[in-house]
Amino acid sequence: MSDVVEKTLTALPGLFDSQTGAAKITNRLKQLIKSITELTSKHEEENLMKQELSAMKEQVSSPNTTMKQMREVMVRAMYCEMLGYDASFTYIHAIKLAQQGSVLEKRVGYLAVSLFLSEGHELLLLLVNTVLKDLQSTNLIEACMALTVVAQVFPKDMIPAVLPLVEDKLSHPKEIIRRKAVLALYKFYLIAPNQVQHIHAKFRKALCDKDPGVMTSSLHIYLQLIRESPDDYKDLTGSFVAILKQVVGGKLPMDFNYHNVPAPWLQIQLLRILSLLGREDQSTSELMYEVLDESLRRAEMNHNITYAILYECVKAVYTIHPKAELLEKAARCIGNFVLSPKINLKYLGLKALTYVVQHDAKLALQHQMTIIECLDHSDFTIKRETLELLFRITNAQNVTVIVEKMLDFLRGCNDEHTVIHLVGKVAELAEKYPFHSLTGRLLQRMTLSRVHKKYISSYKINTNLLCVSFYFTSYVPIITLTFAPDNSWFIQTMNDVFSIGGDLLQQDVPNNFLRLLAEGSESKEEDDELRLYAVDSYLTVLKGDTSHLPQRFLQVMSWVLGEYSDLQECVDQREVIRLLTKLLDQRSVTSETRVWILSALTKISEGQTDLILDLSESLSYSQDTVLRQQAQELRHLSRDSQLHEWALPRGAPWDSMEVDSSLSFLDGFVSEALAAGAAPYKPPHQRQEELCEERALNLEPYSFSLPVSLSSCSITDRQSPTMLSVSSGISGNSTELSQKAGSSTVILEGVKRVWGKDGYLPQKETAATAPPVDKPSIAVQSSGQQEAAERTEPQPEPPMQNQDKQQLASSLFVGLGAQSSISLLGKSEAPPPRFRKKPRPHESSSSSGTSERSSVSSSRSSHSTTDGFLYGSLLEEEPATSISGVDHTPKSTTANGLGQNKHTDGDRRTNTSQILGSDMVIVRPNTIQDKYPSSVSSDLTALLPPDLKDLPHSDVISLTSDPSLSLASCRVFRDEALLLVIFICNCTETVIKDVAVQLTCEELQTASLRGNVVDCLEGRSTSVCHYALLMDDPHTNVSFTGTVSYQTQPGHTNTLSFSGTLSTADFIRPLVVTTEEYGKLWLSLSHDVKQNLKLLTAAGDPLRTTLNALKDALQLHVVDIIGSEGIVACRLLSGAPCLLHCRVNGAALAMWLRSPHPALPDCILYHCQRALAEH
Amino acid sequence: MIKFLLMVNKQGQTRLSKYYEQVELGKRAALEADVVRGCLARRKEECSFVEYKDYKLVYRQYAALFIVVGITENENELSIYELVHNFVEVLDKYFSRVSELDIMFNLDKVHIILDEMIINGHIVETNKNRILAPLLALDKMAES
Repeated sequence: MSDVVEKTLTALPGLFDSQTGAAKITNRLKQLIKSITELTSKHEEENLMKQELSAMKEQVSSPNTTMKQMREVMVRAMYCEMLGYDASFTYIHAIKLAQQGSVLEKRVGYLAVSLFLSEGHELLLLLVNTVLKDLQSTNLIEACMALTVVAQVFPKDMIPAVLPLVEDKLSHPKEIIRRKAVLALYKFYLIAPNQVQHIHAKFRKALCDKDPGVMTSSLHIYLQLIRESPDDYKDLTGSFVAILKQVVGGKLPMDFNYHNVPAPWLQIQLLRILSLLGREDQSTSELMYEVLDESLRRAEMNHNITYAILYECVKAVYTIHPKAELLEKAARCIGNFVLSPKINLKYLGLKALTYVVQHDAKLALQHQMTIIECLDHSDFTIKRETLELLFRITNAQNVTVIVEKMLDFLRGCNDEHTVIHLVGKVAELAEKYPFHSLTGRLLQRMTLSRVHKKYISSYKINTNLLCVSFYFTSYVPIITLTFAPDNSWFIQTMNDVFSIGGDLLQQDVPNNFLRLLAEGSESKEEDDELRLYAVDSYLTVLKGDTSHLPQRFLQVMSWVLGEYSDLQECVDQREVIRLLTKLLDQRSVTSETRVWILSALTKISEGQTDLILDLSESLSYSQDTVLRQQAQELRHLSRDSQLHEWALPRGAPWDSMEVDSSLSFLDGFVSEALAAGAAPYKPPHQRQEELCEERALNLEPYSFSLPVSLSSCSITDRQSPTMLSVSSGISGNSTELSQKAGSSTVILEGVKRVWGKDGYLPQKETAATAPPVDKPSIAVQSSGQQEAAERTEPQPEPPMQNQDKQQLASSLFVGLGAQSSISLLGKSEAPPPRFRKKPRPHESSSSSGTSERSSVSSSRSSHSTTDGFLYGSLLEEEPATSISGVDHTPKSTTANGLGQNKHTDGDRRTNTSQILGSDMVIVRPNTIQDKYPSSVSSDLTALLPPDLKDLPHSDVISLTSDPSLSLASCRVFRDEALLLVIFICNCTETVIKDVAVQLTCEELQTASLRGNVVDCLEGRSTSVCHYALLMDDPHTNVSFTGTVSYQTQPGHTNTLSFSGTLSTADFIRPLVVTTEEYGKLWLSLSHDVKQNLKLLTAAGDPLRTTLNALKDALQLHVVDIIGSEGIVACRLLSGAPCLLHCRVNGAALAMWLRSPHPALPDCILYHCQRALAEH
Repeated sequence: MIKFLLMVNKQGQTRLSKYYEQVELGKRAALEADVVRGCLARRKEECSFVEYKDYKLVYRQYAALFIVVGITENENELSIYELVHNFVEVLDKYFSRVSELDIMFNLDKVHIILDEMIINGHIVETNKNRILAPLLALDKMAES
């Protein structure tokens, strides 16, 4: 390879002197490059850049600077930015250069734009005209560069402006233009999928293009589309297979080869697509067995690129429906990789193995010795990948050895990112396999914690406790463990995790750990045993040198000691207090940790007044106000044991903790403050709305002023004060729910304390009667013995090495054989389910449960095909809408240029519905003449077409009127769309001609709206037209405006404008799911919002009444009501579900909403609030 | 998906950088320094892939110049490794025996070549003739 690059810096002077070849460089750029190569320090670099930037500034502002010089300035600016110096003053000139320069300059201008301006940069708008001009240019090169820049950066809002031009280019005679047009459309699809929905048919055409390059470009789109919904593209499997077959068979022109391998990257792309299509689909998979086999066979050449293809092929074979013969070949392939002396191949082999063991753990068994070798490999990357592999094959029997290996690795690793990542995995494993009886509940928590990692870490631990969703507590996974690590192993491993992970550790690791300790299991004794281990272990740790311990670890220790140190009867509480107090004196301890320590001290202070008084005395001079306050509280509590008992009661179970979520105890305070002139509290939505109203200029004269969408703020709003968080305060009985905790920083630390309070503590009497455990405080060290039999510690003794490895292997791979006894053919079977859910008791017992489930499954299936159904049904219903203009694209199995030319008419229907789909809104004129004369206000709903009459609909409201026409509208709630029905009444006796309705609404895909024309409306008659509307992005309210134009006399057109509002509520439909499905769905959703709402207390059952009221107002589906909690589900028409979890909380309804869509919960919450307020 | 492509010399000086995902200007220098350090620290017999934060780095050395590509976990490392070589072969074809200086003096053209090969972090063209065609046409027009 070094023959590629031979010239070195010695050639530099020569280049400067002779301006030959490609290096025709003007002086300034030459000078800059020379200076850059001569730089020796950062300081010099800064000076040089400063000079350069000011010189450039001068040059760009000079009117005499030619375009040619400007091009050079751009390259210099690229250098400046590349070295990290801002040259933003040149951005506008880059756009100018693209606009005014001749070809090469123009290209550099575009290049500078794509390098300097990121997506969404406001200057990009200035580029639109230039792009438009160049797209229309007859000069191929100009069109080509315009398409290139469009495919890189383009303002989302301006896509409609260039879309038609780009689409035209799809049928351009030059392949390069077609290719780039496809790439531009792909970019559009990425940034604004709605805009290109209607050209799916053209993507198909691109796939069948006679030029292999164009076809290749279209694959990017298909990979994306198929990843999103594989089911919609199964019909293309044959095409992809045929293309791959021809590529593998060498049918492409020679210049597509890379080192004699035909279009390798194209092969890889196709293999990825095929594996997505074939996943969990036997019949589709069968179509590709042959070509996969061929690929495996062809790729025998000894070159890196063929291995890259093989790797992709192996992955595909293991992803699709299994075929024994292929699996065998693929496994052999992996074997070759793993055993290869080439280190890059070994790496790829390990990666493949990591992927494959999920399907077939036995494969790891075959390569165990290699894996062991890789574990001790000198290459960090290889080691790391091996650990990843081991993590995947962990089971109850080898977990101790694997965790040991991971910890060993971690001790020698100083890469922050790797530490965080791996420590998290160790903690996950440790919690997953801790000890027998707890396993069930632990596993539930695992599911919860893994899914909610992000969510939970943003909350404080006490909130975690509260939000342990009740859906999971009833699931008891059935699991049998032959051998499980014990308590001491668990505690010791977690100690290692805390010490190694240090303060890099993600917050949820300590949170989960503490929660495990606190919640415990059914068996009180076992819980206490574990807690005792922890106490003993921590006391030992604290007796040693504590200065190096991470803060998180100290916090965990102090919490545990505060809660459970009284379990250990052979330890003097005074000793515990002394150890904790010692920590307070340590300088390295942060004030956050001090708060934890003080909380712990407060809990165990009872009866030790003298020690505590000394302590609080010394702390009352602290600079930290929080500490000072706590010290004060500590003093009071230690003096008054009654108060102590009341504030920190021992023994109450944690779930009996009462939370006054309405904060009623603050009522007095609030009313006083209000009386004193304080501003009343406004919920976030209201605030947001007001903010938006202030900000948004109302440009529409005489139209409604409506709150702008909430979506823009919904994400930041996540931290809103509505979030449930328990504020602290020993004084406040530690359990009140503070609505303002999120925004206040004063009480930031208290969170932890409270949590500790009620209930994690063992009941007093149990603590007393608990069997005396005579464990020495160094019990931890004896831990190893129990499991010594199973656990083999590899002792690196040179002569014994091989044997050691064997031994290690047997301990690492134990349990794999049995688990995967199904081996190759059994691949279709999912890996043994770890979590088996037991049906909820009340459901399994009732027969209605099953019927409900079946009805759900049917509604589910219809839901999954919503899109097709929606467009399809609209199409069927709308025969008037012509489909003759639809561009029917042949679904040819391959590109013409590839030697085959097949046409099938199979997907005419798909195409047409896709075309219509883009328009989404179809207008149907239905003229009903003469039946209902005069009075428009009479029951217009009677005019609804028969098929709509039975559907739920709103009242008819008048939109607008003038002496000749009056318009009224009504909303009809269809299952798959909202129908906006507009009644056009002719109030005169004469005929009105050419009535055309035009409706526009930004938020509801206005681009696809079409006018509705009635040629002739008789006197006193009414015409009805519908708009089927969909809302993709939820907005609390959207306004539509429209005009109706008509002629009372020929040639004389009147227009009448109207407007109206639609709310999210119109676009919400019930989502029928069972409780189990709900639980599953809940876990998979990421965006959530919480808020307390008004509870309707009028009737007997407040929860039921409130939910019914919401159901009526918002078309929700009440899934289940259990005790004081209710679960409710709905979906947006376009498909996004929203789940609501309601809990009666004192006099309020605590509502927790979740949805995949960030803005949806906010909108629904808003409407719930309103619905309840109106009630 | 490809997140960025860097050309860096042994002294750690960036010769070309292209990001396919927005990275603030101020953070690029630190990222590049980290990346180079990670690659330089590795020995010849170690594999050409390194983990770096959420990315995998694929690097390849040509004389004093490193080409480093940051990719996501789901990308095929070896195919990117070969893509780098394909890129160098294209440069070599255009500059006839490319050197670090060629790249420095023709930063814009190297970018134009790269734009033909990778768009939005996806490999869009690997056929050498087709990659060079637009640039050659530009050169021809500039000459006339």
